[in-house]
Amino acid sequence: MAGRDTAGRDTAGRDTAGRDMTGGNMAGATARVETGSRSAGWVLGSWRAAWLRVEAHWTWYRRYWQSSLYSSGLQPVLFLAAMGLGFGSQVEAGPATGGLAYLHYVAPALLVAGAVQNAIGELSYPVLSGFKWQQDYYAVTATPVTAGQLLGGQIIWIALRVGIACVVYAIIALLFGAWLNAGALLVIPVGVLAAVACGVPIMAVAATTYNEGERFAAIFRFLVMPMILFSGTFFPIEQIPGAVRWLAWISPVWHGTELARGVTLGGLGIGPALGHLAFLGALFGVSAVLARRYFYRRLVV
Amino acid sequence: MVEAKALVKRFGDFEAVRGIDVQVRKGEAFGFLGPNGAGKSSTMRMIASTSPRSDGDLRVLGMDPDVDGPRIRARLGSVPQQDTLDTELTVRQNLQIYGRYFGMSRADVRRKATELMEFAQLSERADGLVDALSGGMKRRLTIARSLVNDPDLLLLDEPTTGLDPQARHMLWDRLFRLKAGGVTLIITSHYMDEVEQLCDRLVVMDDGRIVAEGSPSELIARYSTREVLELRFAPGEQGGIAERVAEFGGRVEELPDRVLVYTGDGERALEQVHGRDVRPASSLVRRSTLEDVFLRLTGRTLVD
Repeated sequence: MAGRDTAGRDTAGRDTAGRDMTGGNMAGATARVETGSRSAGWVLGSWRAAWLRVEAHWTWYRRYWQSSLYSSGLQPVLFLAAMGLGFGSQVEAGPATGGLAYLHYVAPALLVAGAVQNAIGELSYPVLSGFKWQQDYYAVTATPVTAGQLLGGQIIWIALRVGIACVVYAIIALLFGAWLNAGALLVIPVGVLAAVACGVPIMAVAATTYNEGERFAAIFRFLVMPMILFSGTFFPIEQIPGAVRWLAWISPVWHGTELARGVTLGGLGIGPALGHLAFLGALFGVSAVLARRYFYRRLVV
Repeated sequence: MVEAKALVKRFGDFEAVRGIDVQVRKGEAFGFLGPNGAGKSSTMRMIASTSPRSDGDLRVLGMDPDVDGPRIRARLGSVPQQDTLDTELTVRQNLQIYGRYFGMSRADVRRKATELMEFAQLSERADGLVDALSGGMKRRLTIARSLVNDPDLLLLDEPTTGLDPQARHMLWDRLFRLKAGGVTLIITSHYMDEVEQLCDRLVVMDDGRIVAEGSPSELIARYSTREVLELRFAPGEQGGIAERVAEFGGRVEELPDRVLVYTGDGERALEQVHGRDVRPASSLVRRSTLEDVFLRLTGRTLVD
């Protein structure tokens, strides 16, 4: 088509114009008129585009952080108070807790469990809404931002948001005297890793959900809840009968909990630690690839 | 601005767009008119570079959407059928965040948001949540949002569906202003008055195909008569009327609730009808519209 070369030059001119504009240079406007395009839009790099989605989430969060902080930050703290301090006062330190007070035993695990629940909650119905009810994902992918960048921004955002909640929890747990050493700082990235490893598969599910999302309720009840209860959060998985113990081994929460306890309480060899990291990393990687495919399938049709 | 050749869109076995040729020129307002399910929205989404074509050739702003989708979208404005706004944020935030996706600086999107809220008469609601806006206001905001990047080409998919007449006229006014400002518009609608008002040129689509193409007046001249006589009858009295009045018009259409007589002179035809002792409950002489063109081409009305 004849216009193609012209359009190519248009684009080059517009890029220059755009950069001039951000510098506040009026010459930018002139350049745009000369190239025959009046548009102020241009294409951003992938990381920049994903970061703009993070900014958008942040704008939302600034308005609603109080209500979300209860479920994401305060709820694990209540668990810590009830289980660590209350229930824990009845638990004698023994071999099962590595000779530690129950508060110390349960604090890192509750951080992981809270982070996982937080991420799963935020990446289920809210992501489905982006496709189905609010449909704002379609608005985003009508801009130069692509479905993949949209997904990337969502993952970065949830990591940050879970990170914030983990920091809040860690500080309050510190006031409870739940941490024994500075290794507790590493529990935060472990919590974030476990959260995205569990959250991104839910996002892939959301992208393939076309009904009202009943399957999430089933996932919460029959997958997430048992996973939190029987992944070594409150008691060692050695207490689980051998025949079904493998269920804990394939639970990402268990891998996160083992890592979290390892970095703050010690007693975890480098081999098992790498194994846990690899499991969570693989789960994250595979589900991110799937989620990307489903996002494109849903948004670019 | 847009050039489509033998453009096809398939969803599985279903062919939504069945090989259409379309050319949209710079600065014009172009319309896709057709009933629901005619393939208008599928075509729009392919032009918007959010939906890959199944077959045929498509160039938008001189580029191939399969290759340069983001670069095309950077210069497009798109008003989808659903508003797709972020209802938990304010009017201003919706505009500013959207502008950022087009690579605009914070200062630029702030200035642009203020300007667009004025344009859409939403300044008073600037810092109110979108959730609390009326349907018409949300629609105006969606249109304002589509203008944030000063698009070269604006795509409007049924922009006024579900709006009351007052809100529709206000939107039309805004679209006229954009066109006067040099923006190329592509509009889909199943309201023939809308397309007739707004579009320089249009295609009539039915069942995934283009059945006619031209300016509104050309199409009316080619496929209809100058005037139409509408005859309405009391329930049950319409039977057999069409045959009795057939000779007074070039063509007669019988609809469930009325009989249409196509003629150069409606008043004269009405006199002749009365002379034949046909007594309609009410009658109306009007100019032909695109609705008549569509009826002629497909045998169906646009909005069922």
